[in-house]
Amino acid sequence: MEAEAAKFIGAGLATLGMIGAGIGVGTIFGGFLQGATRNPSAAGGQFTNLILGAALTEALGILAFVLGLLILFAA
Amino acid sequence: MADPMHQFEVTKIVDLPDFSIPGLGTIDMAFTNSTLAMTLAAGLIVAFFAAVTARPTVVPGRLQMIGEGVFSYIDNLTESIIGHEGRRFFPYVFTIFLFILVMNLLGMFLVFTSTSQLAVTATLGIMTILLVLIVGFVRNGAAMYKLFVPAGVPWYMLILVTPIEFISFALRPVTLALRLFGNMLGGHVALKVFAGFVVSLGALAAGGGLGLLAIPAAGLSLAGVVALTALEFLVAFLQAFVFAVLTCVYLNDVVNLGHHH
Repeated sequence: MEAEAAKFIGAGLATLGMIGAGIGVGTIFGGFLQGATRNPSAAGGQFTNLILGAALTEALGILAFVLGLLILFAA
Repeated sequence: MADPMHQFEVTKIVDLPDFSIPGLGTIDMAFTNSTLAMTLAAGLIVAFFAAVTARPTVVPGRLQMIGEGVFSYIDNLTESIIGHEGRRFFPYVFTIFLFILVMNLLGMFLVFTSTSQLAVTATLGIMTILLVLIVGFVRNGAAMYKLFVPAGVPWYMLILVTPIEFISFALRPVTLALRLFGNMLGGHVALKVFAGFVVSLGALAAGGGLGLLAIPAAGLSLAGVVALTALEFLVAFLQAFVFAVLTCVYLNDVVNLGHHH
């Protein structure tokens, strides 16, 4: 296999890490909505925690994305 | 199709002479489009708040309402996360929130997004973690080790927990920088890719014949661009907010070390 082709395949495989981040962020928002529909009065106070959890989870997906970019452009 | 990475190219506008620091090497001092966007962002913030506070009234007008709203929003944030000492760190959090927010928003209107440069986001991340370290050591001194040794954990668990806590702390500036960088870069690349689809599919349709089938796909891409633009405005605010929240959380870790509130 050509090195160039392997690079593109590798970059594509690296971004698969974003699947996990997608599931994770979905779980967080799903959990928030479940809680929010049960007790809407407490929902507003948890907005910061919601965004914080989503951001921390998303960071791992972003790491995979940056890894893909590194394989494509830096190596 | 147009190159989606072209928009992130840093070009020199005014070339200034190189500045050399002995022992560190030379620094290119050129005024680039990235510098221009950042200067514009800083100028806009100063101009906006100068306009807001120019004629303050007890019953605020529309403009003053916006300014006070942003101010109290971040004030509540620092207060709720750090506690009663949060107000001491409010200026830093407010500055960094506004700067990132305006840079992100300018990226939606100008051709250049400063926050899509890793050098810019890494600088912001390093600034934040340096502040956290300085505040931590000034307030706690040698007791900073408690950051890596959670209270109430048996000693045999500490062998496992301490390295994990240390690595997660060391990775904080990295994730802080990469999150902002990756979000802005990824969003703008996606925008450009979809916009490129519209043009190339439109060109295909202009050829006539079977190419006319490309028209619905081009329309779909156009709808995608509109939707992504809306999403990017949300992301622009959200990432600035996330940076501010995480700055508060990391500051809280060292300000209220050892006692939860």
